[in-house]
Amino acid sequence: MTDTVAAILLIGIVAYAIFGGADFGAGFWDLVAGGAKRGARPRSVVNHSIGPVWEANHVWLVFILVVLWTAFSEAFGSIMLTLFVPLSLAAFGIVLRGSSFAFRKEVTRVSSQRNFGAAFATSSVLVPFCFGAVAGAVASGRVPAGGVAGDHWSSWLNPTSILGGVLAVTVCAYLAAVYMVWDAHRFAGPEMEEYFRRRAIASGIVAGVVAFAGIFVLRADADYLFDRLTGVALPIVILSGLFGIGSLVLLLRRHHRGARVLAIGAVATVIVAWGVAQWPYLLPESLTISAAAAPDATLASVLIVFGLAVVIILPALGLLYYLDQRSLLDADAAEPGPTG
Amino acid sequence: MSGSWILGVDPVPWARAQMALTLAVHIVLVPLGVAWAFMALVANYKGIHHDDADALRLAQRWSKYMAVTFAVGAVTGTVLTFEFGLLWPNFMEKFGAAFGIPFAVEGLFFFTEAIFIAIYIYGWKRLKPWPHFWTGVPIVIAGIGGTASVVAANAWMNEPSGFTLNKAGEVVSVTPLDVIFNKAMPLQTLHMLVAAYLVGGFLIASVYAVAMLRGKRDRYHRLGFLIPFTIAAIAAPVQMFVGDELARWVYNNEPTKFAAIELVPKTSTDVPETLFGHLNADGQVVGGIPIPGLASILSDPADGTATQIEGLDSFPKGSRPTTREVNTVHLAWDAMVGLGTMLFLLSAWFGLAWLRRRDIPKSKWFLRAAAVAGVASILSMEAGWVVTEVGRQPWIVFDYMKVTQAATENQGVWLTFLVISALYAVVGVTLVLVLRLMARRFEAGDADGSGDSGSDPGAPYSPRPLPEPDREPVGAP
Repeated sequence: MTDTVAAILLIGIVAYAIFGGADFGAGFWDLVAGGAKRGARPRSVVNHSIGPVWEANHVWLVFILVVLWTAFSEAFGSIMLTLFVPLSLAAFGIVLRGSSFAFRKEVTRVSSQRNFGAAFATSSVLVPFCFGAVAGAVASGRVPAGGVAGDHWSSWLNPTSILGGVLAVTVCAYLAAVYMVWDAHRFAGPEMEEYFRRRAIASGIVAGVVAFAGIFVLRADADYLFDRLTGVALPIVILSGLFGIGSLVLLLRRHHRGARVLAIGAVATVIVAWGVAQWPYLLPESLTISAAAAPDATLASVLIVFGLAVVIILPALGLLYYLDQRSLLDADAAEPGPTG
Repeated sequence: MSGSWILGVDPVPWARAQMALTLAVHIVLVPLGVAWAFMALVANYKGIHHDDADALRLAQRWSKYMAVTFAVGAVTGTVLTFEFGLLWPNFMEKFGAAFGIPFAVEGLFFFTEAIFIAIYIYGWKRLKPWPHFWTGVPIVIAGIGGTASVVAANAWMNEPSGFTLNKAGEVVSVTPLDVIFNKAMPLQTLHMLVAAYLVGGFLIASVYAVAMLRGKRDRYHRLGFLIPFTIAAIAAPVQMFVGDELARWVYNNEPTKFAAIELVPKTSTDVPETLFGHLNADGQVVGGIPIPGLASILSDPADGTATQIEGLDSFPKGSRPTTREVNTVHLAWDAMVGLGTMLFLLSAWFGLAWLRRRDIPKSKWFLRAAAVAGVASILSMEAGWVVTEVGRQPWIVFDYMKVTQAATENQGVWLTFLVISALYAVVGVTLVLVLRLMARRFEAGDADGSGDSGSDPGAPYSPRPLPEPDREPVGAP
């Protein structure tokens, strides 16, 4: 049962990465879209693309935190104790991002839109960086268990954490661009489709390069993880690489829907590989999953809640995405085709 | 431990302050999340069923405002999730296996709420009227369920149950249903749920009361006042009853808190209900207006003034609130009950006028009172939370763990407190400004007769098929 709950935690992280991650990535493209005039159209795609779905996607984060603290309280306490700084930054960033995105949609003055946009976009980069750094800290064994705080700075400002942070930002950007190629195709016309296609390819290459460079970083900085990634988890790592390359090829050939599926596969497998590599540890080499696990009845409750989520939430999410993809969710004025 | 990275500041008072501030801000958004959807659905139903364009416009605009307040509520709620770990890691580490269970359930409701609020808010244009209406119903149910789950967790801190500890003090077995349905849960949940509808109702009605005082007495504004105010006016008497029951429950089950609430230093019978007043350094009641015997009578009407109330001195000093905390609890109690009573009287005024003439009371003073009722109801709710939280001190989990034992050792909490205070101040002020801006824009749209200006939602359920000519893209600045 313990491993099942750990698997659920991993599913939550995967879901947050492929849904919530793309919303952060959209913020990245918002940030680099240029001045108010030049960036107007890509920003409009960003607004349309994440507007209806980001809050639902955001709930995966709450899901992860709640499963972690309920089922593996000791790991949660230790992570929060040591990684106080990046997690506080992430919390601030989440407030700034969510509220400024909601505000930007409702203000009309260009200067206000620019201010809220800047807050939204920079925090969209800050938050995934922090989460990536937190993942790096955990993965490289820098979070000690047992109510003792690790170093407040070097725990998340170290090669593996920086790698985690940069990889998170680039992967989010890549996912977002791949999704928005399709969104642009639906409601912004071929010019925007091409705009995001080029960016999807570029960010995909960057993400691939960062991931490749990461191999050397991990070899130097995170022995346990490196051994496991090149050992038991190697097939998944290879699969992830193939997915990534495949999605780039499909993008080049303009098979956008296929590219999207493979991009999701690439990101999901990276995270699964991380999970498999860490197993049986939650905090590598100091706290195992079974040692951190809550009493059986608590784990059973988490399983029941997850079961209910599968029955209730998945169909609801499906409905949301279905309506969104069918362009039935559009509270504002419709934008049929490119209007310039 | 490398805690010396930023000065040597004791994190505990800052952690308490940060938790208090972030909770106090989030709780204002809760009634909007929980009750506003219900009000919008009432208007929506009226709009579709009676073909009432004003009601429909109201529902649509409310959902636009809700989109903004829900977003801010979602992120401030997430901050709280982080803070359980960031500020109270030892609490979570030790009791997460029990305390976490209601939150796992809450996750389900939060998910449901986030999904359907998106569908409802974004579905105005392209969904058919009745299916669209029904996508709003899960928001209301999820709001109620979510509130119940979170309050269950808080109630558990007051009445921890459903777990056993081993000799080392670790949670070794858990009975999930006993955690969720702890003794304090039913009444505390009901109290907060009614509060959500009461505060949400008065708050939204107050905006329209102000508009009506400024002469906007058309049907649209009247409806905007009547729907929320009616809901609040129904909630107010219910709350008097629930609150009274809960107070008696606290008398029977949380005697320490009750002693602080009623300002009772020594165990005695015939205890007066002291309005205002405080304990001095010697622990004696100073000032205030005592109503003889009333606290005893209310605690157990059957025994009347003979009812004995345990005093603060019957609890060891380190296990009960300090004198300062007692004074805070008592003042907050007076504020909650006092404001609540006034809101009840306002509701009664409205009720009588409605029964007699089917209309809002004619007096301008009624609208003036209704205009301040929004803020008054928020203050009352905040005061209620102060009573239950400060009244539990020094415990975080009553009788099991003290706040000081739960807190993080990170000495930088003073800094995160300052940052988050500034951030919340900016977000709070901006939220109000943005909502006002939206209202002005909607109004401007009404004035030019188009019912539509800028990014005003435009007519709901517009005829399909889709193409709509001459629309400027809204996303473009």
